[in-house]
Amino acid sequence: MGIKALTACVPQDIVYNKDLGYLIPEEEIEKTINNIGIEQRRIAAPDVTASDLCFKAAQQLFADNNIEPDSIDVLLFMSQTADYRIPATSCLLQHRLGLPRETLCFDITLGCSGYLFALSAAFAYASMEGVNRVLLLDGETFSKIVNRRDKVDWPLYGDAGTATLIEKGEYGDSTFILNTDGSGEDTLKIHAGMRNPITAESCVEREREDGNIRTDLEVYMDGMDVFNFAISKVPKSVKQLLKETERSVEDLDYLVFHQANRFMMDFFVKKLKVSPDKVPYCIHKFGNTSSASVPLTISSELSGRLAGDNLVLMSGFGAGLSWGSAIMNMRDCNVSPVIEY
Amino acid sequence: MSIDQFIENFTDLFDETDPDTINETTSFKDLEEWSSLLALSVIAMIDEEYDVEFRGEDIRNSNTVEDLYNIVKSRVE
Repeated sequence: MGIKALTACVPQDIVYNKDLGYLIPEEEIEKTINNIGIEQRRIAAPDVTASDLCFKAAQQLFADNNIEPDSIDVLLFMSQTADYRIPATSCLLQHRLGLPRETLCFDITLGCSGYLFALSAAFAYASMEGVNRVLLLDGETFSKIVNRRDKVDWPLYGDAGTATLIEKGEYGDSTFILNTDGSGEDTLKIHAGMRNPITAESCVEREREDGNIRTDLEVYMDGMDVFNFAISKVPKSVKQLLKETERSVEDLDYLVFHQANRFMMDFFVKKLKVSPDKVPYCIHKFGNTSSASVPLTISSELSGRLAGDNLVLMSGFGAGLSWGSAIMNMRDCNVSPVIEY
Repeated sequence: MSIDQFIENFTDLFDETDPDTINETTSFKDLEEWSSLLALSVIAMIDEEYDVEFRGEDIRNSNTVEDLYNIVKSRVE
């Protein structure tokens, strides 16, 4: 099995980091933008959710590839910004996309590493008898869970929805390495949930560390710990995957990283001694879109560049802590350019 | 590892600060150029040069360049 087609959809509203003067001293804005590499981000309107963005991406995928909704056997929705707490958003998407009632649907929730983990589930289902096509919808709207006066998180995050079609067929081998370390649960967290029940107090904005403002319903990130985690785990994970598949970095056509921030990705490029032209970036346009960032980068930067056989390595890492990489042959993958909602 | 080399590696991370003003007793968080992004450069430098994992709390618990050096030294050995 392999990836037959991929699409992505971003909101049309643009937020520019040069306008963050209310949050960051004017003289530091340019330096911050250069370091994180994010000039602008797309932000969903209040009434637009991750599933809306994914719905539009899926419709585009069906249209661009002449896919009949009836041919989808499994629908996976990967997100941490679901429409409702109950029911699972994948069920709503099954109905909305006109997929048959025989479709197996469920949600997957994980941080920025989520696409790799969800893709491994999609590949596993596609390898089963009776399953031919799996539709993986990965979308996030972090703009709804990040406080605009949190100077660690707000300059980073953008919104996006993506659709990936996985299908049985002669695509070549694919190998995944997926890791978890729950001892790092506090590194990236939203406090409120069942452990800390939501009350009226949870919704109150409070001043936190270093003057950052947020409620208990919004994301906290220890930027230094995330950075330390990523630089110590991600290059090792990539090297391990190359070793186990008996490949070298030179064999790769593309290496698609989760778009966390430019500084971090530049560090990976240097550490892995990979040629920068094999590492696509779309972070300057879209920011960090959490788990949607790997497929968004493929749509934004590799559309029209995946004809024939291409050896592609993908790597994601984030809350959990959770990190994973996959190496696969992509054969004539039809990647549509990014569309707007 | 030597503290002089560590100070040199540390000083190299700064663009606008006069290298001669940084020594082992410097309270680095008081330097005008110090920022959260520079903290990430310190973590990256320590990973690259010393292969040591450096956490946010290590930076938070350190005041002087020597404090940073001592943490790295304790993990190298």
